Amino acid sequence: MSIDLSGYKKDFPIFERKVRGGNSLVYLDSGATSQKPDSVIEAESNFYRTINAAVHRGAHLLAEEASESYEAARSNVAKFIGAHDNEVVFTKSATESLNVIAYALGNPQSEVHIKSGDHIVVTEMEHHANLIPWQQLAKRTGAILSWLSFTEDGRIDLSNIDEIITTKTKLVAITHQSNVFGTILPIQEISKAAKAVGALVVLDACQSAPHFSIDVKELNVDFLVFSGHKALGPTGIGILWGKYELLEKLEPAIFGGSMVDSVTMQGATWSSAPRKFEAGVPNMAQAVGLSAAIDYLTNIGMDNISSHEHELTKKLLAGLSGISGVKVIGPLDLKDRGGVVSFTVEGVHPHDVGQVLDQYGIAVRTGHHCAWPLMRKLKLVGTTRASFHIYNDAHDIDRLLSGIEKVKSYFKVSK
Amino acid sequence: MELDSLYQEVILDHYRTPHHKGLTSESDIQVHHNNPSCGDEVTLNLSMRDGKIVDISWDGVGCSISIASASVMSDLLIGKSYDQANVILQAFVELMQSKGKSTGDEVLLEDGVAFAGVSKFPARIKCALLGWMAFKDAAAQVME
Repeated sequence: MSIDLSGYKKDFPIFERKVRGGNSLVYLDSGATSQKPDSVIEAESNFYRTINAAVHRGAHLLAEEASESYEAARSNVAKFIGAHDNEVVFTKSATESLNVIAYALGNPQSEVHIKSGDHIVVTEMEHHANLIPWQQLAKRTGAILSWLSFTEDGRIDLSNIDEIITTKTKLVAITHQSNVFGTILPIQEISKAAKAVGALVVLDACQSAPHFSIDVKELNVDFLVFSGHKALGPTGIGILWGKYELLEKLEPAIFGGSMVDSVTMQGATWSSAPRKFEAGVPNMAQAVGLSAAIDYLTNIGMDNISSHEHELTKKLLAGLSGISGVKVIGPLDLKDRGGVVSFTVEGVHPHDVGQVLDQYGIAVRTGHHCAWPLMRKLKLVGTTRASFHIYNDAHDIDRLLSGIEKVKSYFKVSK
Repeated sequence: MELDSLYQEVILDHYRTPHHKGLTSESDIQVHHNNPSCGDEVTLNLSMRDGKIVDISWDGVGCSISIASASVMSDLLIGKSYDQANVILQAFVELMQSKGKSTGDEVLLEDGVAFAGVSKFPARIKCALLGWMAFKDAAAQVME
């Protein structure tokens, strides 16, 4: 059953503009960042227009209203992922969220921390943001980084999971959905293996939370991060969710105002979570904007959004299979697959593919998608990637497919 | 079409049959440069005698612009003195920074003027400069 979400595109003002060649915009780069509906843009600007004040400080009405809006945004995020309010930390990005977790876990003063000889497990398909912080943590602590590999069609290879996740494993950091392959990983299966050996699980939900319904309890993970800007929300706002008892055991990584319980010239003590992780005046308007994005998404319904993207993925995969010289990098079937499709065009570098498509108003991502080790393993310099959100439709797929034919004819790629 | 100003026929020709591609067995120096934003890579061998560029060979993976540019660069610079090569290099860099306002000095840059259109596409300037910057680095090291 295909879901008709065509009425929502008009909520996104960016589609009113023309792009290169005088074309209307076909935006197929939501995996990098999503476009914003009017309601989000208004919520963010209305914060500045009507209630702007530093939250959690000041005795005036504006400070009160700003604090209320900011905390309401936190509750809204918590509800969105099935968490408690005090488990949701606002950061500036998912990247910052992951770095904060890595720093906290590398601090010997944290009640729970990584030690020399501990094993940290990632996957070979991680985005750099969920790889480098753990490489660095391993370096700082003397821990050992190991990884689960992937199969030829871009699915996680769990055949040797017992050798990779062992009693030495203290932390497993994995992506929910590959930003290159579009594969949705079997998180419950992996977290079950991690829990069996007492390891913590960090989930990168950047490519999942904006596209389908998630629940931190069902996923059985300990930490989860995602970014606001990929979920129709503003830039400059990221989410760090952690189980409350764990957040309480971690030392903060960023220090300053607003995160303290008491301060003397000799030292300081921290507030409870989540406040101790939010030093400084936070990105308040962006938190409120993200809350509006969550309202927008939940009003449409996450299940409707994922069905819609599923249909688009199906149509694109079918279309690409009919073009000679085009190879999909990732699963060809629709099982456990999100709305991200990577492909190569034989004889044409991804950068050139993207450039020709841009001439026809089609915005795609090209290159290694911040997953360089994945590309190296596949011996690819990069791919061209189309990724969806609610404003995409079947017409966009048609334009992309005909654009790829134009790429081939422009670069005189026969077949 | 705007695209044709980027992908001049000369560029596509060099892309399809790049010159001096494939590393020679001997060189004074080898350098490796990459473009971290897109993953393009070039390895360049340089041989110099008495302040003159005797040979350039290179290999790498990259888009049409970066491959064609490395091809044109080696054509242009082999046989030139270090000083002449720097003049040509500077002229090419200035052309890339011209934002589409310069057509380039054809006497100096020969096939290199075909890249004038690249300067209107900010994301592609780095591609065009990859091979040239590898040469600059290699030559500076030899001259040290």
